Amino acid sequence: MVIGLTQYLVVAAVLFTIGVLGIILNRKNIIIILMSVELILLSVNINLVAFSTFLQDLTGQVFALFILTVAAAEAAIGLAILVTYYRNRGSIAVEDVNMMKG
Amino acid sequence: MYVAIVFLPLLGFLIAGLFGRQLGARPSEIVTTGLLMISALLSWIAFSQVALGSAPMSVPVISDWIVSGAVKIDWALRVDSLTAVMLVVVTTVSALVHLYSIGYMHEDPARQRFFAYLSLFTFAMLMLVTADNLVQMFFGWEGVGLASYLLIGFWYEKPSANAAAIKAFVVNRVGDFGFSLGIFLVFALTNSVAFDAVFAAAPGVAGKQIHVFGMNVDGWTITCLLLFMGAMGKSAQFLLHTWLPDAMEGPTPVSALIHAATMVTAGVFMVARLSPLFELAPVALSVVTVVGAITALFAATVGLVQNDIKRVIAYSTCSQLGYMFVAIGVGGYAMGIFHLFTHAFFKALLFLGAGSVIHAMHHEQDMRNMGGLAKHIPATFWMMTIGTFALTGFPLTAGFFSKDAIIEAAYAAQRPGAVFAFLCVVVAAGLTSFYSWRLVFMTFFGEARWGKNAHAHGHDDHAHAAHGHDDHHGHGHAHTPHESPAVMMIPLVVLSVGALFAGLAFKEFFIGANYGEFWKKSLFLAPGNNILDAAHHVPGWVAMAPFVMMSLGFLVSAYVYVLRPGTADRWAKANPLLYKFLLNKWYVDELYDFLFVRPAFWLGRLFWKGGDGRIIDGMGPDGIAARVVDVTNRVVRVQSGYVYHYAFAMLIGVAAFITWYLVGGVR
Repeated sequence: MVIGLTQYLVVAAVLFTIGVLGIILNRKNIIIILMSVELILLSVNINLVAFSTFLQDLTGQVFALFILTVAAAEAAIGLAILVTYYRNRGSIAVEDVNMMKG
Repeated sequence: MYVAIVFLPLLGFLIAGLFGRQLGARPSEIVTTGLLMISALLSWIAFSQVALGSAPMSVPVISDWIVSGAVKIDWALRVDSLTAVMLVVVTTVSALVHLYSIGYMHEDPARQRFFAYLSLFTFAMLMLVTADNLVQMFFGWEGVGLASYLLIGFWYEKPSANAAAIKAFVVNRVGDFGFSLGIFLVFALTNSVAFDAVFAAAPGVAGKQIHVFGMNVDGWTITCLLLFMGAMGKSAQFLLHTWLPDAMEGPTPVSALIHAATMVTAGVFMVARLSPLFELAPVALSVVTVVGAITALFAATVGLVQNDIKRVIAYSTCSQLGYMFVAIGVGGYAMGIFHLFTHAFFKALLFLGAGSVIHAMHHEQDMRNMGGLAKHIPATFWMMTIGTFALTGFPLTAGFFSKDAIIEAAYAAQRPGAVFAFLCVVVAAGLTSFYSWRLVFMTFFGEARWGKNAHAHGHDDHAHAAHGHDDHHGHGHAHTPHESPAVMMIPLVVLSVGALFAGLAFKEFFIGANYGEFWKKSLFLAPGNNILDAAHHVPGWVAMAPFVMMSLGFLVSAYVYVLRPGTADRWAKANPLLYKFLLNKWYVDELYDFLFVRPAFWLGRLFWKGGDGRIIDGMGPDGIAARVVDVTNRVVRVQSGYVYHYAFAMLIGVAAFITWYLVGGVR
């Protein structure tokens, strides 16, 4: 079986779906939400690299590197926020984070 | 001069009313009183010129005051004999009351307002009596109603005074409703409201049927009945009398001026002024007679048992107004006006005398707490006695001539209802004598019921705050009654001269030999109406009847209250039902409360709570606001605050957009 564009896209879609479900089904921990966001970004990266190879265009791979950089920064900031949040509120359980409740 | 008579009080009102605060109390008093005195002086000159001298005249003030289609109303002062009599009565009593009030109200902080209102009242009353047409009369009519309302409620911090003022206003509205309908009918029948035009056109449409209230009736009869309804309201006749006793909540000078001498006689004046119309409506005159007779008797019976000194005199006023209407009803307009004239003197005297007593007793009005005052305030005692003599019709006093003339006229009249009226007024004459002397005896004779327990009395005064408003006399000082100052005694002396001699001096002019030259057609008598002659030729026993009744009343009163004190209580205990019936004024107030006041409250509450609260507010602002709150409450629940909910919503949104885009893109 030849591993082609289709297979890469399917894997990316599966990862994306897992990421999304991880966000909306997760009731426990905010860190898991951050991890799910990383997963979504990675699935997008796979898409970009796959199409880059398929179309013989390096732009996609350059973008993938950008995204990795942004994701790393985002993860760092997210974790920093989490730490201060925990210091202030004493909990990072998803149920407790509802200060925007109307 | 005539313009000055009418408008000087208005000037006084404006000065005292607008600048009273800057001027201070004393200048306001002097200005209003002084202007009224000038006005009174001019009125006597006018009286001698018009009534005793030359022909009547009309002074135009504003022509084309109101023009609307066929309605054209000029504003003119009509000064004929009838007006001249009223001018004299109104301005004289008003000037004396102004003077008296300087003494009586000397402790009140709002004297400027009081004097401004008094002058406003006088102006409106003069406007009424000088009216040249019905609309102008209605203007004055409402003006005196307004001033009466303001003065009854002068002590506005007293709830009872406010209630009395509102009651007077509302009851008068009932009468005014009839009066205005009457004016409309006069216009419908004669196409004019000016007196001269109406009187000229009146015989031409006599007997004309008109269609009102769903039936065909004689035009002048229904018109006169409606006009009389206005007179009933203003003159406190039976069924519309309830406001007058309550109006005693006002200061005593007000009671003397408005509720005895002038305003309440406006109804009598109005009927006399419209005599050409009433003469065309014999049925209406019968009604006038019967209503007057019932009032005379009714008020006299109620007056028998009242304990408030002012209320006794108020019911007496009511009763005397009934006499006037009896006189007018049987066609003796001159007698009615003559009684009005004399009554103004002696009833103002009695009221001001009562004010002097109240002043002496430190605003105690209950006669049960008086007694034995004759030796403490002898001058007031003699003034009150003179007033009582005149009121009861003691020979040669003012009331003797006018009241006896009315009783004789009632006997001589052939009109339906006259026999009933005769019986009523004769009995009422006896009752009048009884309650008048009862007042004098309870107040001035017997043991002093005020000195016994001065301390308890002081407490009583506090409890009686509703009665004696201005008891800011120190309660601490000894309760020895003191004679009133000269400024209060002078008006009493002047009025007592009037009460003694007004009848003797003016009898020949009003109802005697000089009748024709005096009235000069200002009072109209139908061709068959010769009541004046007839009244002079009644049998001897009829002429004696009032005197006998008066003596009887005096003797019974003297027996009950002087010779055998305590008899009154025994009689009251022996006839508890009758006593209660009279003490509660025939339960008319209770009846009205049940018939009108409570249903009105019920209806008002229905509209307020049901109509406005539930339907208008419920459907309108309150309802919409409540629905908005409901919706937003539901929307608020969407905002759970959980991040994953928002994320999910975003996802759904994105999915929906993409779906829409893809599907739309395919198309």
